This record gives sequence, C-alpha cells and structure tokens, in this order.
Amino acid sequence: MRIALFITCVNDLAFPDTGKAVVTILERLGHTVEFPTDQTCCGQMHANTGYRTEALPLIRNFARTFAPYEAIVAPSGSCVAMVRDAYPRLLPDDESVAAVAGRVYELSELLVDVLGVTDVGASFPHRVTYHPTCHGLRTLRLADKPQRLLAAVRGIELVPLPEADQCCGFGGTFALKNDAVSGAMLADKCAAVASTGASYVAAADNSCLAHIGGGLARRGGVQAIHYAEILAAT
Amino acid sequence: MTGYGTGQIAAAQPFPAAAKPALADQQLRANLGRATRTIRDKRARVVGELPDWQALRAAGAALKDDVLARLPELLEQFEAAAIAAGATVHWARDAREACAIITELVRETGADEVVKVKSMATQEIGLNDALAAAGITAVETDLAELIVQLADDTPSHILVPAIHYNRGQIRDIFKREMGDAPAGLTDQPAALAEAARLHLRRRFLASRVAISGANFAVAETGTLVVVESEGNGRMCLTLPETLISVVGIEKLVPTFADLEVFLQLLPRSSTGERMNPYTSMWTGVTPGDGPQQVHIVLLDNGRTATLADQVGRQALRCIRCSACLNVCPVYERVGGHAYGSVYPGPIGAILSPQLTGPAATANRTLPYASSLCGACYDVCPVAINIPEVLVHLRQAGVDAKRGRPSAERAAMRTLGWVMRRPRRYAAALRAAGVAAAPLRLVARRRTVRRLPWPLSKWTKHRDAPLPPGRTFREWWARERS
Repeated sequence: MRIALFITCVNDLAFPDTGKAVVTILERLGHTVEFPTDQTCCGQMHANTGYRTEALPLIRNFARTFAPYEAIVAPSGSCVAMVRDAYPRLLPDDESVAAVAGRVYELSELLVDVLGVTDVGASFPHRVTYHPTCHGLRTLRLADKPQRLLAAVRGIELVPLPEADQCCGFGGTFALKNDAVSGAMLADKCAAVASTGASYVAAADNSCLAHIGGGLARRGGVQAIHYAEILAAT
Repeated sequence: MTGYGTGQIAAAQPFPAAAKPALADQQLRANLGRATRTIRDKRARVVGELPDWQALRAAGAALKDDVLARLPELLEQFEAAAIAAGATVHWARDAREACAIITELVRETGADEVVKVKSMATQEIGLNDALAAAGITAVETDLAELIVQLADDTPSHILVPAIHYNRGQIRDIFKREMGDAPAGLTDQPAALAEAARLHLRRRFLASRVAISGANFAVAETGTLVVVESEGNGRMCLTLPETLISVVGIEKLVPTFADLEVFLQLLPRSSTGERMNPYTSMWTGVTPGDGPQQVHIVLLDNGRTATLADQVGRQALRCIRCSACLNVCPVYERVGGHAYGSVYPGPIGAILSPQLTGPAATANRTLPYASSLCGACYDVCPVAINIPEVLVHLRQAGVDAKRGRPSAERAAMRTLGWVMRRPRRYAAALRAAGVAAAPLRLVARRRTVRRLPWPLSKWTKHRDAPLPPGRTFREWWARERS
C-alpha cells in the first residue's frame, strides 16, 4: 500500500525520530511511505485558540497536498482529530477537505484497522506505561489499539496507568494561558506515572509527551516516548 | 432587539487570576478531588446499566432542539395552559426585572420571610440579596444551600453547592451560625442532617411564601416539575399559601410524555441515582390543596441572545445536571468560585459568556479555561458539544478584537504566514533547529530548564523540548529522496 506520511509540525521540528520510526515500521511491513514535501501544519493551534482565519490557509494547503493519496498516516491523535473532526466543521462546503478528512489515520488505526496487524515485529525489553491522550481517546475512539500493538512487542512489560483517562493538562495554548492549572494537572499525571514504576511513559502525541516528559525531567526516573518509537525498536 | 443577561453570571476577574487562590488551597483541592471522584464513579456505574443510554441522550438532545426551534410558540402554549389552571404568569427580561416582580409579589402577601427550594435561576438573578434589600429574609432549605447561606458564602457547584466543605468545616459553620444547633454537635453526617432538619422544620411551618425554580416546564399542560433529594422541596411546594417559581424560558419540554426521557437522564447524570427521591409536579392551583396563589416568572436574562447563535445555542439544552463539572480536570482543581458565576465548570464556561454578552470582559477568559479534553461532551446527557462551543466562543472573541494590536495576534499571524507556504515553513524549521544549537551545547540534554517570556510560562512548570538540530524533512531529503 502507498501511504503518505503527515509528520506534523511538532514532530518535524522537535521529534524527527518519531517520523523515522513510522517509516521503519511501515517499510518493515512491506509498504511504501511517501513524504509530500508541501505539507506544513494542520492548523490545530490556530483554530483551537480562536484564530480560524489564520487556520484556513493551512487547512487548504493540507487538503491540496494530500489530495492524491488514498491513505494518510500521522503519529498524532490530536492532529488526526483536527483533520477528521474539525476540518469539516471549519470548511463545511469544501469537498477536497471532506475527501482528505476520511482518509487520514492515526498510526494505530492504520496498523490495526486498515492493515490488520497487531504484531509489528518489535522488541523493547522495558517496563512501559501508556497514557491515552484525550483526542485519541474521545474524538478518534482509539480505545485500546495502541496498547494492543504494544502488548505484542517482545520483552515489553506493559503496566496500567492509574486514572489513565485524565487529561495531562497540555491542551495546546492552554498550557500557557492557564499555566498554573495546567501545571497542577501535570503534577497529578507525573505522580500517577511515577507510581507505576515504569521506565517509560508512552503516548500517541509528542505534544502531550513534551509536557509530561518536561515535568518528569524535573523528577527524574521516567522517560517519555512516542509509542511508534517502541514499535520501531528491534 | 435582544438584551443580554445581568445578575450573578459575570466574573469579576479573569479566570487565570481567579484560579490562583484555589490552586494554592490544599484543603479545597482535597475536598474537591474526593467529592468529584465519588460522584463520577457513581454516575459511570448507573449510566453503564442502561443499554439504551446513547439513544436516550440523542432523544434528550432532539427534544431540547425542538423546544429551541419553536420557543415562542411553546412559551405561549405554556402560558395559556398555566393561566387556565389558575396560575399567574409574569415575564422578566433580565435579573433586575425578575427580582422586582418577585419582591413586589412577596410584599403583597405581607410576609417578611420566604422559604426557598434550591434553584439555579434564583441564584442567577441574585434574588436573596434583592429580597434582603426589601427587608425580606430568604431561607434556603436545601441542606447544602443552607450551609452555604449560613457561611455567608456562594455555591461552588450546580448540584452540590457546598462541595468545597468537608463535614468538620460544616459542623463549625452550624455551631457558629445556626442559633438552634444542639450543644455537642458532632461531625457525623446523621447528626448534621438532624440539626438542619430541626432548624428547617420551624421555618417550613412558619412561612407563608415559598420560592422555587423548576427543572422542567411542560408546554402542553402548564405543569412545573421540581426534582430533588431531601423532601425540603416537597415541603416548600405544598405547605405555604403562596408559591412563586422562577423558570428560565429554555426549561420547556413540549409534552408531558417527554418527561419520560428527562427523568431518566437527569438523576443518573447528576447524583448518580437511578431515580431521585422526590419528584414534585404541579399545574396551577388545586382548590383546597397546596398553595392557592401560584405565580410563574418566565426569565429570559440573555437566553434569547444566546439562541441567536447557531453554534452556541446548544448550551440552552442544558438540564443543570452538572455531570460536566464532576469530570472536568480544570473544575476539579480550581472549584466553582474561580468561574465567577453561579454556573461554573465546562457548562459555565460556555453559558455565562453567552448570557452576559461580550461587555462582561472577564467572562471572555472563560472559554479558555479548558484543555479541550472532551470529558464533558462524553458525559453530557443532552450531548452538548462543549469543546466545539468553547472553540467557537474563542473565535468570536478573537474576531471581535481584530484591528487592535496584540502580541498574541502578531505571533499567530506570523506563524500562520510562515506555515502557509511550504518553502517558508521549511526554512523556518531549519532556522529554529539552528537557533537551538547553543542551547543544546549548554544544556547537554534534550530539554531546557528556562526560557524567556512568554515561554517562561511553559518552563515555570516543565522543561521544554530542544529541537535535535536536523528536522524530519531534512533527514528525508538527505536519506530518502
């Protein structure tokens, strides 16, 4: 299958290893990955902060760039939720937008639902806990797809995270506009992660992970990692 | 012409500032955490019992949307039915008008004390203060409302107004403020409830006027419905000679049969019970039984203005169950007072700013009091897409301020300009990676501890990630193409 990778702006700049991991996994499974270089940002930060006017050109650029591809994968629950759930609301009369909205998949959706794979041939002999990020959990309804992929990894010890469905407090510009509330939510999430005794906390969004990992860096002990990087490890 | 609402729905200060004292109060955090966790677990259990919950939810939303689409017609139908049954119907455009009508009605009875059923509408219009100014004492008879009133405080939750107190604090309030509290009162729930019962019983038997709200108003029959747990409502609705009910115009349901849906949705969502202990319904006056003077005050207070917004109007479906408060991670950490309105939490963040309109400047910060985690939408029994409305109101706020300079807008526009063109964007990514190089050298790690304003708001609470130097697209260009 010919699959287009939407890397997302956060990953492109700050977490390129997650993108490389997606390429590794899909090629290992025998698929061809393409990277349309005209892609930029999905516009989520602008739209969710109230800057719809500024988001619209980014949305149109996304629709134009990814129009030729039958499957688009992104290693981010919230960016996929933006495209699938918010794009049709923001540009209700644009057919090209509606067309890409139905063809974009979060990595675990592509692997489990489209390609029908749960064992991607990875090995990661560490204790890991998984935080289901909000847009993946409640907008995309990923349910336990990422955990099923992780559970099939050789050597992994997957431990449950207490109160896992509680938001970590990132929330995009919420982390700056209401930094004190965001910090209080983060403190509780970090305590829950630490209580598992895991060496790694994995998730489907590097934005939330930058926030959680940034909090954990000050406590020491646990590393934040995108679950794609675990699935790529051998 | 539609007017905006007045009363206790306008925050005095921006949300981030109002949240600070609450975040610093460890006792409050502990009380809220324990209480919201208990209620949300109970709710999840009883909702999980119903295989048709999603269908019920859709029915509730559809019924309310029908009401909102036909509001003028249904209001007139309700008014005619209530008048035919012996009630007197009054119309109030805003809080001031409603308070004036009610004060005058109480004055006409000659009473200087009224008993009250717990009611959000009367909180919204600030009725107790208006009555006090006219020399009339309002006695709250719901246990939690009584606690809050005795403490000279304001409610911090729609359904559990004293959620911010634990039982030790409640005993202290009773001993201090309730003249007839028994000596040696303990903090046992049964002892506290008994003390309140004895105190309230005297008031029920003495009062000639009661004031209530209503959970539902049936257009077809002119019936009002109050749902409660303690029986205090039943006492107020049956014992006094005069009953005055304040009802928001969105409280209508079209027919009596429609109550079937809402009486399943409400108790499971609010208290986590299959059925609430007391459901009282009355239609005008029943000769020789119950109140012989029945008044209904229909309240607009910004609801018509809210109805004009195609996206925002779904907030008017709300049946005040407060399930959204109990699952909200922001509410759980700051409590209700930080929202500055009688409507706190996620529903307050979309309802208060719409009712007051943009002139209430601090209310404009409420739509940002959310991480958009979506837990509220999941539990809402009438499927209000709260995150969608939050973003919609953020947009309205941003658009209203266009043309005035702001650092945030400048940053957003610059970023938008860069991201619109792939080449500009690629160059900017490369530049950001290069700019981070000295930080990478100094930090010798993948994160950085301190950044200048406004990113200091990030590094105050957590490290910031450092770009590793080569972007993904640079790697792709070098290795793959």
